[in-house]
Amino acid sequence: MKKDITYIDNVDLNLDIDFTKKRKLDNRTLENIAKEVRKIVLKATTRAKSGHPGGSLSATDLLTYLYFEFLKHNPQNPKWALRDRFVLSKGHAAPALYAILALCKYFPVTDLNTLRQIGSHLQGHPDMNKTPGIDMTTGSLGHGIGAGVGMALGLRLSYNVDAPKVVVLLGDGEAQEGSVWEAFNTAAHYNLSNFCVILDNNNLQIDGRVDEIMNIYPMMERLKTFGFNTIEIDGHNFDQVRYALSLFDMVSNFEKYSLEEQKRVLNILEKHNFKPYRPTFILAKTIKGKGVSFMENEVKYHGKPLTEEDLKRALGELK
Amino acid sequence: MLKTSLREAYAKALIELGEKDKDIVVLDADLSSSTQTAKFKARFPERFFNIGIAETTMVNVAAGLATTGKKPFVSTFAMFGTGRAWEALRQSVCYPNLPVKLVCTHGGITVGEDGATHQACEDLAITRALPNMTVIVPCDDIETEEVIKKIYKLKTPVYVRLTREKFPRVFGKDGLLKELFNIDYDYSFEIGKAYKLKEGKDINLITCGLTTSQALLAAKELEEEGISASVIHLPTIKPINKESLLKALDPSKIILTIEEHSIIGGLGDAVLHALSDQDFKIYKHGIKDEFTISGKAWELVKYFKLDKDGIKEKVKKILKK
Ligand SMILES: Cc1ncc(C[n+]2csc(CCOP(=O)(O)OP(=O)(O)O)c2C)c(N)n1
Ligand SMILES: [Mg+2]
Repeated sequence: MKKDITYIDNVDLNLDIDFTKKRKLDNRTLENIAKEVRKIVLKATTRAKSGHPGGSLSATDLLTYLYFEFLKHNPQNPKWALRDRFVLSKGHAAPALYAILALCKYFPVTDLNTLRQIGSHLQGHPDMNKTPGIDMTTGSLGHGIGAGVGMALGLRLSYNVDAPKVVVLLGDGEAQEGSVWEAFNTAAHYNLSNFCVILDNNNLQIDGRVDEIMNIYPMMERLKTFGFNTIEIDGHNFDQVRYALSLFDMVSNFEKYSLEEQKRVLNILEKHNFKPYRPTFILAKTIKGKGVSFMENEVKYHGKPLTEEDLKRALGELK
Repeated sequence: MLKTSLREAYAKALIELGEKDKDIVVLDADLSSSTQTAKFKARFPERFFNIGIAETTMVNVAAGLATTGKKPFVSTFAMFGTGRAWEALRQSVCYPNLPVKLVCTHGGITVGEDGATHQACEDLAITRALPNMTVIVPCDDIETEEVIKKIYKLKTPVYVRLTREKFPRVFGKDGLLKELFNIDYDYSFEIGKAYKLKEGKDINLITCGLTTSQALLAAKELEEEGISASVIHLPTIKPINKESLLKALDPSKIILTIEEHSIIGGLGDAVLHALSDQDFKIYKHGIKDEFTISGKAWELVKYFKLDKDGIKEKVKKILKK
């Protein structure tokens, strides 16, 4: 195997985390993990000479937070029935998700060297039958969110108030698909309080700016009228991501609380106009290409990996 | 071997048509740089509509435009244009028989690294199944340009499958036919027509798209090994002109269809259907009934045995040589 600048060596974060339990990491740790993820994403896509670095970097902080602090999951037992589910509806950000799953020890980090090659378990887009830790096969935009709704419904049927949560990461260009809105409708219709959509709102798609290609705004108002709890945050700020997801956590656990606790929680929820028995929508303002100065907000890095030269520069910035 | 881009040929033809016919309109779904319709947009911005990532709506909008006398060309990746939008294609385009031209790029496995989610290997099957639909798979840039200019005149729906990869040029002075066999082929596209590119006694290879060039390369080497294969290029999967196909076939009663598509419902089945009352032994070669995988385009072509070596292997197996 070629060991050049694109080679991804084993990384051990030296973290002893029980992902099946409630936990809290400090922001510095999360930042360091996210930096590792970014490096892996860039190396892997340059190595594969294909893939989607821009949208992977815009989702990196959100994914890092979800997997390292929020979601209950189990790298030793990827199919654990009580795990929270995650659906990468914008499946082209697979490199970031793969990097995170590897850092969580679902498989060796060095597997990323085979990304997108014949025989690799790391397909161009997530494949739930090939890659341990992937909950849903995605890549064709507009489908994943509906599958997420089905997961939330199924888990509620099986576990009632103890149902695990489902989080879906949606692209803002992806939100142009009609099926996305059908899924929104369905989630609200069934009062899926264990269902949360995070919009990776980098306002870029392939052909240009989302508001210019086919406007989707105002998303907050639209989702509110669809019957979602809504909150807008900076998708690169771990405190804000943590806070928004804690509101979702309260909504989804609401029925498990004592009456007293419910009262306390309702007070917090009311401040944000959140209500129990509703799905959650988190509008995360993000920057496509986040973390590498010359990639930020550059539409051309949507589906184009860095040259080896630019990779060197980028890795320099991520030291 | 000169490799040329079918997408570029499409854009070139589109602009030429746009120049002389103000009713030409073009629609895309956030892939205009990949499909190259962005070039049409640059020239005729008022006649270009980017519908965003909403393929179903794009096809319905095209149908509506067609009812007002416009001549819509609709483009995205083959997977999404035929798959996501299939029912819109059926209900709003084919059933009312409207002149919508769906020209998709990124058909087949040569999409490469994006993997199974993006590799349309069923597009010919699902478009071929639609009444009123014409289905065409050009093999090189010269043919693509001709196809676009011909179908533009049709008052009915057409699906044209193009690719991401550059393909070896087959026709023209610097094409494979000239290079391999010193044939000056007098080519002009006709819907339904079968093109006998090379004669052969032992077996008839019927191809379209990618596999036409690969079969020519295979036939050349087979010749040197004492196997005489004819190559018949059949760019129109539907409707097939049966007489033209029968005329093109060489006397051997063995046919091998080769396609960058599932063996279910594509070129192979179209040929089987056309010749079902004839006395031929027909073998189909293509993607088996399975989902494909990520990889570099030409490595996948080899992996799925659609390159010259894979084709030779298949031919020898059939002829037991
Ligand atoms: C149904 C479908 N249509 C088109 C594509 C091709 N495609 C891949 S990514 C993309 C743009 C996505 O933009 P967005 O959802 O905003 O993603 P991000 O900016 O987060 O990368 C498109 C059009 C696809 N994968 N699926
Ligand atoms: Mg976006």
